[in-house]
Amino acid sequence: MFESKQNIITNVYPAWKYLLLVVITVIGLTYAMPNLFGDDPAVQVSPAKSVEFTAETQSKVANTLQAAGLPVKSSVFEAGHFLIRFENTEDQLKAKSVLKDLLGRQAVVALNLAPATPHFLRNLGASPMYLGLDLRGGVHFLMDVDMETAVSKAYARYVDEIKGTLREEKVRYLTVDVEGEAKNKALAVKFKDLPTMQAGLAVLNASYSDRFKFKTVEETASPQVLLSLSPKTIAETQKYALQQNINTLRNRVNELGVAEPVIQQQGDRRIVVELPGVQDTARAKEILGATATLEFRLVEEKGDPYRAEKTGYAPNGSIIYHFRDGKPILLKRHTIVSGENVVNASSGIDSQQGSSMVNVTLDGAGGRKMLATTKENVGNRMAVVFIENRVETIEENGVKVKNRITNKDVINAAVIRGQFADRFQITGLDSPQEAQDLALLLRAGALAAPMEIVEERTVGPSLGQDNINQGFMSVIVGFVLVLILMAWRYKMFGMVANVALTLNLIIIIAVLSMLQATLTLPGIAGIVLTVGMAVDANVLIFERIREEMRTSPIQSAIHAGYEKAFVTIADANITTLLAAIVLFSFGTGPIKGFAITLSIGIITSMFTAILGTRAVINLMYGNKRIQKLSI
Amino acid sequence: MSNEMHTTNINFMGQRHIALALSIVLIIASFAGLWLKGLNFGIDFTGGTLIELSYPQPVDLPKLRTDLSEAGFGSAIAQHFGSAEDVLIRIAPREGLNSAQLSNQVMDSLKAVSEDDITLRRVEFVGPQVGDELTEDGALAVLYALFGVLIYVALRFEWRFSVGSVTALIHDVILTVGVFAWTGMQFDLTVLAAILAVIGYSLNDTIVVFDRVRENFRVMRDGSPVQVTNIAVNQMLSRTIMTSLTTLLVLLALFFLGGEVIHGFAAALIVGVVVGTYSSTYVASAVALMLGVSKEDLMSAPKEEKDSEAAELELQRLFHEHEARLEAKAATKGKRLDDEDAEGIPR
Repeated sequence: MFESKQNIITNVYPAWKYLLLVVITVIGLTYAMPNLFGDDPAVQVSPAKSVEFTAETQSKVANTLQAAGLPVKSSVFEAGHFLIRFENTEDQLKAKSVLKDLLGRQAVVALNLAPATPHFLRNLGASPMYLGLDLRGGVHFLMDVDMETAVSKAYARYVDEIKGTLREEKVRYLTVDVEGEAKNKALAVKFKDLPTMQAGLAVLNASYSDRFKFKTVEETASPQVLLSLSPKTIAETQKYALQQNINTLRNRVNELGVAEPVIQQQGDRRIVVELPGVQDTARAKEILGATATLEFRLVEEKGDPYRAEKTGYAPNGSIIYHFRDGKPILLKRHTIVSGENVVNASSGIDSQQGSSMVNVTLDGAGGRKMLATTKENVGNRMAVVFIENRVETIEENGVKVKNRITNKDVINAAVIRGQFADRFQITGLDSPQEAQDLALLLRAGALAAPMEIVEERTVGPSLGQDNINQGFMSVIVGFVLVLILMAWRYKMFGMVANVALTLNLIIIIAVLSMLQATLTLPGIAGIVLTVGMAVDANVLIFERIREEMRTSPIQSAIHAGYEKAFVTIADANITTLLAAIVLFSFGTGPIKGFAITLSIGIITSMFTAILGTRAVINLMYGNKRIQKLSI
Repeated sequence: MSNEMHTTNINFMGQRHIALALSIVLIIASFAGLWLKGLNFGIDFTGGTLIELSYPQPVDLPKLRTDLSEAGFGSAIAQHFGSAEDVLIRIAPREGLNSAQLSNQVMDSLKAVSEDDITLRRVEFVGPQVGDELTEDGALAVLYALFGVLIYVALRFEWRFSVGSVTALIHDVILTVGVFAWTGMQFDLTVLAAILAVIGYSLNDTIVVFDRVRENFRVMRDGSPVQVTNIAVNQMLSRTIMTSLTTLLVLLALFFLGGEVIHGFAAALIVGVVVGTYSSTYVASAVALMLGVSKEDLMSAPKEEKDSEAAELELQRLFHEHEARLEAKAATKGKRLDDEDAEGIPR
């Protein structure tokens, strides 16, 4: 049995395996290559909300840059924004301020580092790895949305509504209050006696059983019904609050002019904000921490807003406001209702016209004011103003001055079609998207749950560069040391393993680039560790071959070495992979990076260390009569 | 043949009682370190603010500390970080203080009293609540990893091996944490990641030895479990040394060149690799032996569920293979056979 097997073993690989290896090597090299080319300083210009760039904008931008004497390396218009590359950072910074002056609030002008990948590689979809915040510098915030407040606000919102419903049904109540703390929170509706309470319960049950759970307290002097929000409603409220805050953050981050911001939900109450390249964290925090509110005002139809803007003087009793796209409008000084009166806003479809609309609900006080105003102003326009307040610290002659900055934007102006009170619709919106945005803004200005920064990680640019340098230095030194050790210990076979190890490193980088994974410092550590551990497979194989050589002829020793070591290698790698998966599933940002590189490294090393080295060894020794192996 | 080709014959398992005593002493020492000194937790776990600043010239720490306490940050801890020009300032979380703004205040007050051009290198702020969550998640992750290993090894090998490997892993984790307690090195999130990587590495090592023990049990006709294990450890010795060496080389590169931020991570892995290499021999195998692992356990617990007929065939095949190998050995190298006898491989 053994003898016959020995005759068959010639250690020749079929051609397709070589082809596979060559193909993978070429693909690996191609996709790893973009990482060699570095970055161009660039300015990214993206349109502000509801603004679209035209050919005119494009020529305007080009002309302005030419007039300023700033040589442009290349300018691309894609996916709705411009990416203009410059030769050096000096031009880049100048261009940013020039373009900011030109476009004003119509656009977000941000500094960016654009990968200088050559065209032929970009056409293949190859791009370099994305560097994490710890390598390129920037800010990472974790915001926590105060869900308790979100829920309390939801309760407070129903107080007026329940009072109204009971009044409509002519059931007399004593008081409606929010009682209890946290989980025991409930709306207590008190009645003067039991029969009234029963009647009240029936009314409440009919209108609110979808949102509330009911409990009655009958023993007290004034019997009461306790309404607590159903878990489903609470979950919805929290989801709303989170979504709303994410939306608010998006708008504010746009203002910061960050090229590739990340704003993501994490868990069910957290939001991650990553701002690469932002160094002034103080300002970032101020902008993110702004508070918003709303105002409803009548439009002053008599004056000409454009003339008022030119002269700077608004007609008596009115103020100049601007839409988000910069168009001026005159509004009356008197505020009808403000954000605190808004109970809810949701988008929907107008059943009569089929267009998109927003349903707005006001509280009792707001409803009364609205009724008084709309009664006399049917046919006139009413505008919604979105106001953002924040504190900005500015350094003037070495002294820090805190400035209150208020942004006022008109987000909508619509004709009042008839008199209304606490419930009305804003119709005639262009798209469901616009309706959704408006509803979100209305809610953001009215009932956003407060949020708080619970984690901050800022990496300065100098540290980022140091991290890159030190990271790569340690990879190279560690790698070379391993190469030397392997060549010394296993001679020719060690050299073959070194080729495989190099290929492994290239494939890891290629895979990371293809996945557009974020490379962090722990990620680099993962690569370094993989380099150290990847040789384990080859060590196992070569030690086994040496062992087998004592009992079998050379060809079968090579064969047996690979075969027998394989089980061990597979076992060992699967267990390491197991640990990597645990790391990934529990870890946050940087640890995830480590787990990803480690996992990729384990898989690719199996390929290069087993298939790769075997192919080369077979090529060298296969089907030949050999007396001695250089191992 | 060259000297390298000899399998070493060190009686590892014979010294397992000494090793056991050593391990117990080390574990007690680790717990003592945890008890007496405790871990120097980073702000990832405690919450608080960390600010890394870079000055153009060496920093006078006592003066910096006075400046800080005059500015109202009396509880702040300031120390050099990597070089004399860099300082790390840690501020514990305080009730009622808007910690997110703290870094700006510290920066401002230091800039106010210093002529130098201070650069902000890094700010980390972790809320106390997030810190608690991370501690909990971290402990859970280690538990999940150990549990996963327990199941995987039990399925792939046998429960005694499984207990042995998990004991070894717990041993490694305790010792690594113990080193951190005694040295007072900071224990942060990256160190936790390193400990999980140590679990992966040490396990890798253990599995490789176990794999050989299993193979030897199948191939060798007699020999006590202690002898069989001893041979396996000896057979894998050069591999164990090589792999540990390559891994240690790159880790040393990381430790010395990777920068201050990655220091703790590299240190934890270096300790872990050394301890893990030791434990896969002396703890994992020794515990499996102590639990009475035997030839029969492994013969009847092959990788997949096989009916007895298939197992019988497998046994026969292995037997033939072994027989053939012995024949080949006798035919080609008569001299080597004697060598092997001297090395005490039972046949």
